[in-house]
Amino acid sequence: MASPEVVRLEDVWVDYDGLLALEGVNLSIRQDDFLGIIGPNGGGKTTLLKVILGLIKPSRGQVWVLGDAPERSRRLIGYVPQYRHFDPDFPISVWDVVLMGCYGRAGLLGRYSRQDKKKAMDALETVEMLDRRDRQIGRLSMGEQQRAFIARALVAEPRLLLLDEPTASIDAPMQTEFYELLASLKRRMAIVLVSHDISAVSIYVDKIACLNRRLFYHDSKELTAQDLEAAYRCPVQMIAHGVPHRVLPEHQGQ
Amino acid sequence: MIEALHYEFMRNALYAGLLASVACGLVGVYVVVKRVVFISGGIAHASFGGIGIGYFLGLNPILGAMVFSLASALGMGWVSKKTRLPEDTAIGILWALGMALGIIFISLAPGYSPDLFSYLFGSILTVSLPDLILMLILDAIIVAVVLALYKAFLALSFDEEFGTVVGVPALPLYLLLLCLVALTVVVLIRVVGIILVIALLTLPAAIARQFSHSLGKMMALAVIIGAAFTMSGLWLSYELDLASGATIILVAGGTFLLSILYKNIVRRRTQARA
Repeated sequence: MASPEVVRLEDVWVDYDGLLALEGVNLSIRQDDFLGIIGPNGGGKTTLLKVILGLIKPSRGQVWVLGDAPERSRRLIGYVPQYRHFDPDFPISVWDVVLMGCYGRAGLLGRYSRQDKKKAMDALETVEMLDRRDRQIGRLSMGEQQRAFIARALVAEPRLLLLDEPTASIDAPMQTEFYELLASLKRRMAIVLVSHDISAVSIYVDKIACLNRRLFYHDSKELTAQDLEAAYRCPVQMIAHGVPHRVLPEHQGQ
Repeated sequence: MIEALHYEFMRNALYAGLLASVACGLVGVYVVVKRVVFISGGIAHASFGGIGIGYFLGLNPILGAMVFSLASALGMGWVSKKTRLPEDTAIGILWALGMALGIIFISLAPGYSPDLFSYLFGSILTVSLPDLILMLILDAIIVAVVLALYKAFLALSFDEEFGTVVGVPALPLYLLLLCLVALTVVVLIRVVGIILVIALLTLPAAIARQFSHSLGKMMALAVIIGAAFTMSGLWLSYELDLASGATIILVAGGTFLLSILYKNIVRRRTQARA
């Protein structure tokens, strides 16, 4: 039996003042999915995440998150934005950043409860950052900042975790650690991660989609050569070779 | 300085300086970290239109300034978030329009023409008891709002997008923040004047930022630094017989340069040791 659906997009189009970012995207994400979305820069990956979060309204099409409008369900989404979307000199500690994830429970005028603080501790424990909670966030290494933002997304106990280019700023050994962290989380929530780096993504995720305005996705880890060619507009071999786990089916003939 | 405090106008000036440092310390921190310095300058200058209309209608000019600065804060905030007009264009237009309206209405006002200089550059030595009471009320409003919404303003300033996702009402809060800037402008007009307001909004917070790792500590430090500037500026202007508003700003600007210099020396030393 298939697990419950957390996200459903039907024929979603987005344009920015006449410039098409998404074209007729259909997508269904289920509770136990660990989906990697790859595609070239400017292919609409961030736009797709923001549509799911309800931050961008599609010009056409329907979006459901947990069976409801994104604005109403997004408190159950953990969001890890692209690296350095914030001012590195901002005077704020890791602890205050993580607590921000509890805002939905505390509300506009409320204070963070003891339970919120407990959850923030647990989230920091999960990403192994508890000992650095009093440090200013901008003074940490990129990998540590990334883990702090994941902790901030986890405190709300989301049913869906969205990560935008999470590995763009961290080096290779850190990436392995990072994917292992995600692998340990995937039993607790659906995970969607977006990247332009096809080789890194393909090892760990369970399913892969390819996005360049149009979405190529077969609810599996396989993409056809035609999909990749259509999305990347370049010969596929350049991308597919050297990938530890095959993304493409075996070449026929030869 | 001590004997000067026997004069009531000197004591009032001292109180006004202290009240101003509370407002500019708290709100200035948001102005600096949320990067709304230019929009704050626009709000301050647009308020001059209110001063002019106040004179023309025979009302208290400071009340006119309050109405105008609040309206321009809401207007600029709305335009910058909800229309396609570039934010800096909107600010520039309101900035100049407010000043022009002020000049026209003051020249049309019946009777003798008031001292424009005191509103443009402040006149802390002529602060009266009703002025102080108004400043106290505005300070109380600012402190109450910042205490109640500290968590929400922190999310808004640090990461507006994530804030929106977790349920922070970003646009209303942003407009409220600009209204706090408008109230602070009104508090500061008597102390340093419209043209110099922006200095007291930014300098104490900018110095405090270099020595603090949390927004709350930055605010406390900015209030203390602001108080030190107004006190020492007031004393210097009394001793040297200089314009008080400008002296306060020069003390603040000089200290800011010294703090940058100090930070650089400390950084070089730690790098040399490492």
